[in-house]
Amino acid sequence: MLANYAIVGIFLVAAISFPLIPLVLAFFLRPKRPTPLKTSTYECGLEAIGDVHVQFKVQYYLYALAFVIFDIEVIFLYPWAVAFQVVGLYGLIAATIFLLMLFAGLLYEWRKGALEWV
Amino acid sequence: MDWLTILIIVIQCFVITLAVTTAFAYLTLFERRILARLQNRVGPNRAGPAGLLQPAADAVKLFFKEDIVPAMADKPVYLLAPAVAVIPALIIWAVIPFGCLNLNWDYQACYDPARTNLWNILQITDLNIGVLYVLAVTSIGVYGITLAGWASNNKYSMLGGIRSSAQLISYELALGCAVLSVVMTYGTLSTHEIVTQQQGGLWGIIPQLLGFVLYMIAATAEVVRAPFDLVEAEQELTGGYNTEYGSMKFALFFMAEYIKLIAVSALAVTFFFGGWHFPGLDILGREVTALAGPVAGSIVFGIVSLGAFLLKVVVFLFISVWVRASWPRLRYDRLMDLGWKWLLPVGLLNLVYTTVVIILIPDRVVHSWVLFGLGAITIAIAIGFNRTPKPIDNVTLVKDIQLPN
Amino acid sequence: MELILFLITALIAIVGAVAMLVSRNAVHSALFLLLNFAAIAVLFLLLQAPFLFTIQLTVYAGAIMVLFLFVVMLLGAEKVEDTPDRIAWQQPLALLLGLALLVVSVVVGLGGATNPPPESEALIQFSDPRTLGALLFTDYLLPFEVTGFILLIAVIGVVVLNQRGRKI
Repeated sequence: MLANYAIVGIFLVAAISFPLIPLVLAFFLRPKRPTPLKTSTYECGLEAIGDVHVQFKVQYYLYALAFVIFDIEVIFLYPWAVAFQVVGLYGLIAATIFLLMLFAGLLYEWRKGALEWV
Repeated sequence: MDWLTILIIVIQCFVITLAVTTAFAYLTLFERRILARLQNRVGPNRAGPAGLLQPAADAVKLFFKEDIVPAMADKPVYLLAPAVAVIPALIIWAVIPFGCLNLNWDYQACYDPARTNLWNILQITDLNIGVLYVLAVTSIGVYGITLAGWASNNKYSMLGGIRSSAQLISYELALGCAVLSVVMTYGTLSTHEIVTQQQGGLWGIIPQLLGFVLYMIAATAEVVRAPFDLVEAEQELTGGYNTEYGSMKFALFFMAEYIKLIAVSALAVTFFFGGWHFPGLDILGREVTALAGPVAGSIVFGIVSLGAFLLKVVVFLFISVWVRASWPRLRYDRLMDLGWKWLLPVGLLNLVYTTVVIILIPDRVVHSWVLFGLGAITIAIAIGFNRTPKPIDNVTLVKDIQLPN
Repeated sequence: MELILFLITALIAIVGAVAMLVSRNAVHSALFLLLNFAAIAVLFLLLQAPFLFTIQLTVYAGAIMVLFLFVVMLLGAEKVEDTPDRIAWQQPLALLLGLALLVVSVVVGLGGATNPPPESEALIQFSDPRTLGALLFTDYLLPFEVTGFILLIAVIGVVVLNQRGRKI
């Protein structure tokens, strides 16, 4: 079994080397004449004003929170998806309860406006 | 494993990576030509015959372009981000079966889900958790864009990066649900098994019509293609997360995006359109084996199956370009609504359909068509519901504005 | 071979963890933690638990780390400020607890914690997703449902966070 993953490992090495080769090649080929003006941050063609690292909308964070929860729930359903024909009715009831909890959570968030982009 | 096997595997890995990157280069040309045609233009046709050397010309240009690292950037992360974007796009390919060329010279072994006597060099490896591997790698794919946006220290990049990561994670759920329904239909997480089970024309789109629609929408959003390309909405975000990137680093982001596009198209083919299956493929394998022996039979089978797979993928790529040429970009709040309030509930509903129908009707053909019907009805209802966008009450329409006298 | 792989991955995991602690920039810390998670995923793989490998990647590396990054980026709190530590008592306590954990793990590691033989039944069950799924929905059903319930509570937590400072 581990042999399969060793192949993935070899492929990973190939995949890592592929972006590296052009980056290194380009490093030797391209001109390098930076000036302070060239390396300044772009902002509508004017001097950049203020800091980038300001507080963002809290909605982004709420979506991320909800995502973590639902992602875990969806992942939990995967082992069941391959086994549900084996575990039969018993497993069906168990998974239905789980799915209902998922639904309830989603519905609750929806009704309470946590999914609203305001 | 002996050294020869390892050598073959290493060569295979590098050849496939090279093939994928070449496919990327020509996809850019393909897209530009098709887009041009759809907009009544000609498109790039000067470099080489019919513009076929255009990707090479682009590459040369990018290699010699001056690379500017913004002084304000967080340098290590800024340099890391393009690589982090490309690597997941490439390693998804580890489990996708592009065809079936059995090096044990027996084409029939390709149809065996247990993989006895099968050494398929047109798939890097078949993991017993292949589908989960794909999802895991996609979930890592968020980082490239997010980090690029953060490290550039540019407001446009930051907005683009944050937007895109919120978009990607939202649609990842819908994608997970769509793929989960496929896994449920075939009862396996191995991509090879999913393909072998679609033998005989009952392709995944029949039981999972709804799953397919969900997958296509979610996957398009996942690879930030039009109409979900808010990450690089030029009008509002200049260039989005890669505003401060140039030369080869920019090319790597571009490459990641297009390789992901090819990968999700290839996965769509694998899950919903029979992978490398094609009507008459087994007859061809049998006849060639009878005529010219098992070696020739396997080789012909392998090449034809690869051809069939690529043909299907090209159809998907064409559709993607067509969509890009036809549809306007979504607004961000609508995008989030679509992901959370349409795709995710419908995806969960689809799981319920799939479970109940498969448990109640064990017969494969019957339950596939029942699911097809249910899917079609659901899609029709969903489209009907979504026809009129509800007006937003905190917006004053132009005709309602009261002008002061 | 397996031992060498284990040592390399373990080294990467430790380096990632230490770098995460000493890094002065919160985003760099998050990235080092990501490295640590990836290394731990590979350790699961070496323990013949591919399902846990993907879960570790998807949930920890793909979801929870994104959340961390979001928090850091959204608050604009990348740089560690040199203000005096308001919860200074935490540092010695953390060291003490860490030391205790180290002692316990060494004792458990040396004192006859029996490793399952490579081909034990439990291992085979864990490496195949199908048997794992069947087990999860029969023998381990209660913990599974409890997990679902805890996640539901987490959903409610999200909503409550959203309602703060707004009239309900």
